[in-house]
Amino acid sequence: MRQTIKSLAVLAVAGTAAFAAAPAVADDGPTLKAVKERGEVLCGVHQGRYGFAIADSQGKWKGLDVDFCRAVAAAVLGDSEKVKYMPLGSVQRFPALQSGEVDMLSRTTTITLTRDSALGLNFGPPTFYTGTGFMVRKSIGATKVDDLAGAAVCVFPGSTTEKNIAALFASKKMDYKPVVIESSKQLVGAYMSGRCDVLAMDQAGLPGHQQFDASNPADHMIIPGVYSKEPLGVGVRAGDDQWFDIIKWVTHVTFNAEEWGISSKNVDEMKASNDINIQRLLGVKGDLGAKLGLDKEWAYRVVKQVGNYGEIYDSNWGPPLNLERGINELWTKGGLMYGFPMK
Amino acid sequence: METKNKTDESIFYSNAFRSVAYQAVLFGLLTLLGWYLYSNVNENLARQGIATGWNFLTTSSGFDIGESVIRYDAGDTYGRALLVGFLNTLRVAVLGIVLATFLGVFMGVARVSSNWLLSTIASWYVEICRNVPVVLHVIFWGTVIHLLPAPKQAIIPFEGAFIMNRGVVMPFPVANDAYVWVGVALLVGIIGVVVLNKWAQRKRERTGEYIPTLWKGLGVLIAPPLLVWLAFGAPLVWDVPSLQGFNFKGGLQFSPELIALLVGITFYTGAFIAEIVRSGIQSVASGQIEAARALGLRPGFIMRYVTMPQALRVIVPPTTSQYLSLTKNSSLGVLIGYPDLVNIGNTTLNQTGQSVEAIAVMMMVYLSISIVISICMNIYNRVAAIKER
Repeated sequence: MRQTIKSLAVLAVAGTAAFAAAPAVADDGPTLKAVKERGEVLCGVHQGRYGFAIADSQGKWKGLDVDFCRAVAAAVLGDSEKVKYMPLGSVQRFPALQSGEVDMLSRTTTITLTRDSALGLNFGPPTFYTGTGFMVRKSIGATKVDDLAGAAVCVFPGSTTEKNIAALFASKKMDYKPVVIESSKQLVGAYMSGRCDVLAMDQAGLPGHQQFDASNPADHMIIPGVYSKEPLGVGVRAGDDQWFDIIKWVTHVTFNAEEWGISSKNVDEMKASNDINIQRLLGVKGDLGAKLGLDKEWAYRVVKQVGNYGEIYDSNWGPPLNLERGINELWTKGGLMYGFPMK
Repeated sequence: METKNKTDESIFYSNAFRSVAYQAVLFGLLTLLGWYLYSNVNENLARQGIATGWNFLTTSSGFDIGESVIRYDAGDTYGRALLVGFLNTLRVAVLGIVLATFLGVFMGVARVSSNWLLSTIASWYVEICRNVPVVLHVIFWGTVIHLLPAPKQAIIPFEGAFIMNRGVVMPFPVANDAYVWVGVALLVGIIGVVVLNKWAQRKRERTGEYIPTLWKGLGVLIAPPLLVWLAFGAPLVWDVPSLQGFNFKGGLQFSPELIALLVGITFYTGAFIAEIVRSGIQSVASGQIEAARALGLRPGFIMRYVTMPQALRVIVPPTTSQYLSLTKNSSLGVLIGYPDLVNIGNTTLNQTGQSVEAIAVMMMVYLSISIVISICMNIYNRVAAIKER
């Protein structure tokens, strides 16, 4: 039977489930052990979304999701470059994680109850808050969602967006025609060529496509407002608590570092700080790393090699995308980013 | 069966016993393997905390589908969503098989034609289309359609029809109760044609008199539905598509995804069928045709009564394989966004996380479609095979 690559990936899960040996795995951190032996973190990322994960002309990956892969590699392996990126489609991503093809899924993935439970996954703290947004050609004369009745909408299959727009249009008793294509290039291309009136996805993904994929960015506009809650976070397989904890606390390191004023530039000086919180975080005092199965300097390396959350945000959403931080600000500045106590 | 060896009557040396025993052991091993795989899947899924079972089929899907031959919305179940996908697969497969057969037979006959232009075009078609991967065919046509003008600047081949980057729309008669009876009458017409042909054949075999049935047959075919339609007062209202808001509403609509997929797999498979038809025609010994000519048979007669019956023996079995691969190639629709079974199956497994079940559904459906096609073609093959008289 001729199948697409994606289906093969999915078949691989079925195959793995069928042939994997039945005995239960060892208790002492199988993922951490495998990562250390391999010397590489396998990280599932988006195939290409500006600001989250995109490979440049040299094949070097950049983006907010990518930086969390790098942060984990810095903490676990001591080098933020020891990451193997696996670009995954929206449909392949969960099977890839479930079957062990990747160690972590940092791929604009919305945390939902079903994914957390029925899919056998766990999610770290949200690394980005966004919501479903719509981009349209200015020429169609639509300025709000109510103007979109009867429109053809390009959307990724298997995404939360797909369900959000179904609910949104149904609640407004409006008709629409979904066009679902899994390949990011094909989907955005279909919108740009005029197959769809609307491109729907997490709103944060839209400015990149407007800036870089449109022949004339000024012909397009992003409809103001977001139409769902999309907390994006890093996913891991359920059942490996230690690895889950590492993902969780590496994320909190980036939040706390920003709150406490530690950046990649001043992290060495900050080691001399009198603040006990900073001393614990950077491994000057205490043994936080050992509790996660890591060394003393794990958090120091995250900040040194990747940066605090503010630095990560600015390097990916600064110019030319210029996406305002909004609710992705620290809680101290009116946002939702809240680092948990590291003690 | 009795053992030949009279000196040893032991049951272990009995052929009958042995054949049964071997099969029983093999069956047992296969069952054990199946059971092992099944329990292993369950155990591993349970250990990973992944939901299992078929309950998802009856829960609401929450996503919409671009085109469907049955009514469907986001409030319907995953089971119905998969049914929509199955029907979409079936639609493109049936249309593809019909179109590829016409194209293939035409090109195959053209390749052996003595007309230089015709045979050259046919051989170029075959060489280009069968040497390009089918994936590229599909993506190529998908791109071509996206390059067509927008709905407001649509190409209008005739009044009421529009060709654009949103597909092709054309007027279609509004449904009417009378059409059911017209359909029945058409069926009567088809039976009439079959009876007419049989009668003409008997008469020819008995008397040698040739009765041309083409025009008579056409009359028998068309007259009953036409009369029924007139008897109902010739009801005909065209549902003419019109541009409302962003898109055309009404009429008969073909989405760009359906067209791209259909054209892609038709061109690809048509090239293979053309080669099969050509090889079938060329497999008929030239002496047969010369003999038929010597008897004074007309060219059409030679094709129909001498060449084709022998060529079909060669043509039908490999064509079955082409039909099967066309059906399976239709799963490439996912690449361009045609909502076929694989497309919806993938979305389902991603929304529910139940990959094993979703894959199982897809495999069972493709297997069933393939088996049905095989059975139909085997029956046809038996009809087409030369009967020794």
